[in-house]
Amino acid sequence: MIDRFYDVVVVGAGPAGSVAAKVFAERGLKTLVLEKRQEIGAPKRCAEGINVTALRGLGLEPDPRWAVHEIKGAVLYAPSGRCLEVKSGNVLGYVLERKMFEKFLAFEAIRRGAKYMVKTTATGVVKEEGKVCGVEAVYMGEEFTVDCRLVVAADGVDSKIARTAGLNTVNSMADYHSGFQYEMAGLHLSDPEVLHIFFGEKIAPKGYVWIFPKGGDVANVGVGVLGRLSDRGCKARDFLDGFIDSRPEIFRDASPVEINTGGIPVGSTVDCMTADGLMVVGDAAHQVNPIHGGGIALAMNAGRLAAEVGVKALAEGDVSQNRLSEYEVLWKEGYGSKLERLLKLRNFMEKLEDCDLEKMCDVLSGEDVMRLTEGEYNFLINRFIKKAPKILPLARKFLT
Amino acid sequence: MKGKVVVDRGRCCYCGGCVGVCPQDALSLQEVLLCVDDVKCVGCGLCVKFCPVDALSIEK
Repeated sequence: MIDRFYDVVVVGAGPAGSVAAKVFAERGLKTLVLEKRQEIGAPKRCAEGINVTALRGLGLEPDPRWAVHEIKGAVLYAPSGRCLEVKSGNVLGYVLERKMFEKFLAFEAIRRGAKYMVKTTATGVVKEEGKVCGVEAVYMGEEFTVDCRLVVAADGVDSKIARTAGLNTVNSMADYHSGFQYEMAGLHLSDPEVLHIFFGEKIAPKGYVWIFPKGGDVANVGVGVLGRLSDRGCKARDFLDGFIDSRPEIFRDASPVEINTGGIPVGSTVDCMTADGLMVVGDAAHQVNPIHGGGIALAMNAGRLAAEVGVKALAEGDVSQNRLSEYEVLWKEGYGSKLERLLKLRNFMEKLEDCDLEKMCDVLSGEDVMRLTEGEYNFLINRFIKKAPKILPLARKFLT
Repeated sequence: MKGKVVVDRGRCCYCGGCVGVCPQDALSLQEVLLCVDDVKCVGCGLCVKFCPVDALSIEK
């Protein structure tokens, strides 16, 4: 049974929400997590890749129950099929089983005292004198209200809670990808230890097709297409089906075991992540890597940061926007400049035509690509001066 | 009158991606059911354009 009052209500039991709930609960705060789905973690809206450093940075030791496949590198394919490969002898990351991973994170929070409700849709916040002080929700068709001192909106791209509190979390079609994915079995992969990434105007306009292996002949095969270019006849699903049909060498024996769809915020994080009595984390706050659309680790880090600030604010009895904004300051210090650089890099990449992508294969090494994904792009200008003067003006325009 | 959004229930994969682009706050995901608030919807069509599986359309 749930109580009428909690210190903290977390809306959404994804990685951001459950990490936040764990921090609140282990500091002795009475914490309730509301999850609208009847099963935490399913259906996934994710390609499930995570970098090993990020995972360990969060204090999580990879567990084969949810870190189901080791990744040692990546191959990037230009439209012609030419490729750039980066491969290490070491494990660089994992492909997760999200439904196991998210449940694992929920178990961790529950074991520290958090209460969870599933099949429970939060419909809005309760306000008193402009301050958030509760959540309205529906469980099994029955409406109820919970009072609380602090709300954490971890409710994903379809976030309603932050919006009802007055924050703008709407995505622009210029900074939002339309995603479609099959989890498939029966694939013939040239190398199941690496991520396979395919670029090209006809393959995925301003986006890419990914194959993220999950072990054996299984992988997540998906595409992201920039929202403003998505339209009838050229939707994400059309591009992925076209890609699969054009590559029988990989897909001739493959069938889907899941369909996943979703929106992927790839622009800046939201302008304001706090209100009186409320903090926004994860996809709801657009805390996603703009260059590859990955957001699991960022969401968990945001959940942890927000909760650490929330714990202090609650102890001080001050959950005003002003007090909670320390979370935004810490977020910007930790991730702001890197994400801004990655956004610049994405804007540059979006201007490249197929012939430029081919040229990039000549000019860059696999190690260069690794540096780019970390937001290090200063070396590009010098490289282009010597080897790709045609791309130089674009690079100067977007990257300096 | 530009019309309202209607959901093709056979196609919708209930991901809620469309909710994230609605400037009118007219869409919501209630558990796994995509709901359209006909009062708020102005028929701008952003969600129709976004939907990865063509589950949305504007009905005049």
